[in-house]
Amino acid sequence: MKIPLLEIEDLYARVGDKEIIKGFNLTINEGEVHAVMGPNGAGKSTLSYVLTGKPGYEIISGSVKFKGKDLLAMSPEERAREGVFLIMQYPVEIPGVPTSTFLKHSVNAVRKHHHLPELDTMEFIKLLREEGKKLGIDNEMLKRPVNVGFSGGEKKRMETFQMSILKPDFAILDEADSGLDIDALKVVADGVNALRNEKRSMLVITHYQRLLNYIVPDFVHVFADGHIVKSGDKNLALELEEKGYAEFVREK
Amino acid sequence: MGAKEKPEIIDESGDKYKYGFVTEIEADTAPKGLNADIIRLISTKKGEPEWLLEWRLKAFEFWQTMTEPTWAKLVYDKIDYQDLYYYSAPKQKAAPKSLDEVDKELLETYEKLGIPLKEQEALAGVVAVDAVFDSVSVATTYRAKLAEQGIIFCSISEAVKEHPDLVKKYLGSVVPYTDNFFACLNSAVFTDGSFVFIPKGVRCPMELSTYFRINAKNTGQFERTLIIAEDDSYVSYLEGCTAPQRDENQLHAAIVEIVVLKNAEVKYSTVQNWYPGDKDGKGGVYNFVTKRAACRGDNSKISWTQVETGSAVTWKYPSCVLQGNNSVGEFYSVAITNNKQQADTGTKMIHIGQNTSSKIISKGISAGFSNQTYRGLVKVSPNARGARNYSQCDSLLIGENCGSHTVPYIENRNKTAVIEHEATTSKISDEQLFYCQQRGIGEEEAVSLIVNGFCKEVMQHLPMEFAIEAAKLINISLEGSVG
Repeated sequence: MKIPLLEIEDLYARVGDKEIIKGFNLTINEGEVHAVMGPNGAGKSTLSYVLTGKPGYEIISGSVKFKGKDLLAMSPEERAREGVFLIMQYPVEIPGVPTSTFLKHSVNAVRKHHHLPELDTMEFIKLLREEGKKLGIDNEMLKRPVNVGFSGGEKKRMETFQMSILKPDFAILDEADSGLDIDALKVVADGVNALRNEKRSMLVITHYQRLLNYIVPDFVHVFADGHIVKSGDKNLALELEEKGYAEFVREK
Repeated sequence: MGAKEKPEIIDESGDKYKYGFVTEIEADTAPKGLNADIIRLISTKKGEPEWLLEWRLKAFEFWQTMTEPTWAKLVYDKIDYQDLYYYSAPKQKAAPKSLDEVDKELLETYEKLGIPLKEQEALAGVVAVDAVFDSVSVATTYRAKLAEQGIIFCSISEAVKEHPDLVKKYLGSVVPYTDNFFACLNSAVFTDGSFVFIPKGVRCPMELSTYFRINAKNTGQFERTLIIAEDDSYVSYLEGCTAPQRDENQLHAAIVEIVVLKNAEVKYSTVQNWYPGDKDGKGGVYNFVTKRAACRGDNSKISWTQVETGSAVTWKYPSCVLQGNNSVGEFYSVAITNNKQQADTGTKMIHIGQNTSSKIISKGISAGFSNQTYRGLVKVSPNARGARNYSQCDSLLIGENCGSHTVPYIENRNKTAVIEHEATTSKISDEQLFYCQQRGIGEEEAVSLIVNGFCKEVMQHLPMEFAIEAAKLINISLEGSVG
């Protein structure tokens, strides 16, 4: 019995005057990994921002349900607390705020939302150590201000680390491979794969098939002109790699 | 102040003010305006000795030859000095009878600061301070304990009466009445303030003045504080109340003078949160303060730490005059402006002795439509061999409509001096806020997280309990600055 986690229905959204998402439909069930692939400028990142509630992205019509609840009615932080996590393409720097402090606020905000007691310092440090080991994130790195002076690879590793700390029900990976060499990519992919289970779902947004060699999706969708033009299994990604997007864009 | 004093006052001030003083209801209130008679009245009311009156009058005479400074980056309505009360400014409004009658917003603020209910009542002026807090007896208890070690801690008015020699020796010795327009005005009309004397070799066993939070309430307008630390002594002094009081007095012109002798150390911490005016910039306090410490002895040290969140207009440059060899001056500052507030603040480090060193860490946060300037002077005189200064001025902007400026002045007359200056300007961006929100952190918590990270270096110099309240105060000051 498949249980839907995220249900997007006939979604239209714009940025400023520009309509970018046009009639988007997608249902993601628990435990599924979906890849959305598309040419640059198709609105892939817009999709991730619309789902996470970034200011400036306006919904025209349609609905998005998350665990049966109206996701679009929630504030960005509520969505995060409900379990929507976005690995950002360009994680922003926050000078002066140590990563560990930032994470403590984050973890406790989520726990509070679920009526769980805040983690005390000892429990929190233990959690950081356990998860940090897997991704090669040490104490020194956690003392540094959030993303400040991090390399591209370190930033993505840190995003993956945060995800493994928060253990969201649904993760969106927005061009998670951009700016990564193959070794860094493997580390990130391993981190993500370690979190895959029968309950947790993911939406992998990518331009290149490369990432999907490491994070193998259950479904692949081609995204062009604001909506899905074709869906298939992982082989569709390979097909795309071979033929490029032009054909699919023309197909519509 | 009863009938007994009345005839005396009339004599002193002449016929001109007769009607002002015979009014039975407001016997304790001088009329608006400033002139020699008003100053005589203040001095008489306070039972001051002749020399102090003369000093006040000299200051007043000099003040009349001065003009208000205009070099600061501040825009405010011209102050009519003849339209102010200089003695016992009357509060015509009846005091509220219970907390139910007090401004809800104000109560919410107290709540957020975690101020106990009894204390809230006192702050809001519901009941006389003594009745709730029994501050008089608390003060007396402490004072007796301190006196055992020879420490004097009292109001400056009392000090004038009980320790005239000390006051006469040091008053105006760091900030002479000729110093600047506002200091001169203060010298002529100051009403009260604190006096601290730490004798040779004594380490003051407690932070002075937490309980003054309430006591100092109505001495606001023209405060004058004098602190003397004799050889080998130490004191940590805390100024200010951490709860915002809706003090509507337009003009505050205070002076703090500190004398630090050989091997002595003074730590002076301030949290300033006078009424900043409303969102549209209506009302609010004009805060023109002169604070200066003279490190007269060798190996002496002064450390200023300030958190400035209040006032509509702030003009304040706590300074260190490093006269003694090896003396040290430090200035740690967080200044926050929101809405239409303006602040022109910084410090002066004057290196005179040999091997003197100074450190400036200034953090300015501007939000809303506010404007803020760091203005600092580092001066090394020709004989100050081996002088060392490090300055760091960081500005943080929140939103699109605020301004931040850094104006460092450096005057170096000795080639052995080493002077370093670093400055940064950054901004809380929508991207940063969204990033925090995406990790479950609400917008206001995100701002406070970022701001506290930005101020950390300064906050850690505040005494513990003060630091906690100051952090809360920063959050309150920035409420509504995003979204």
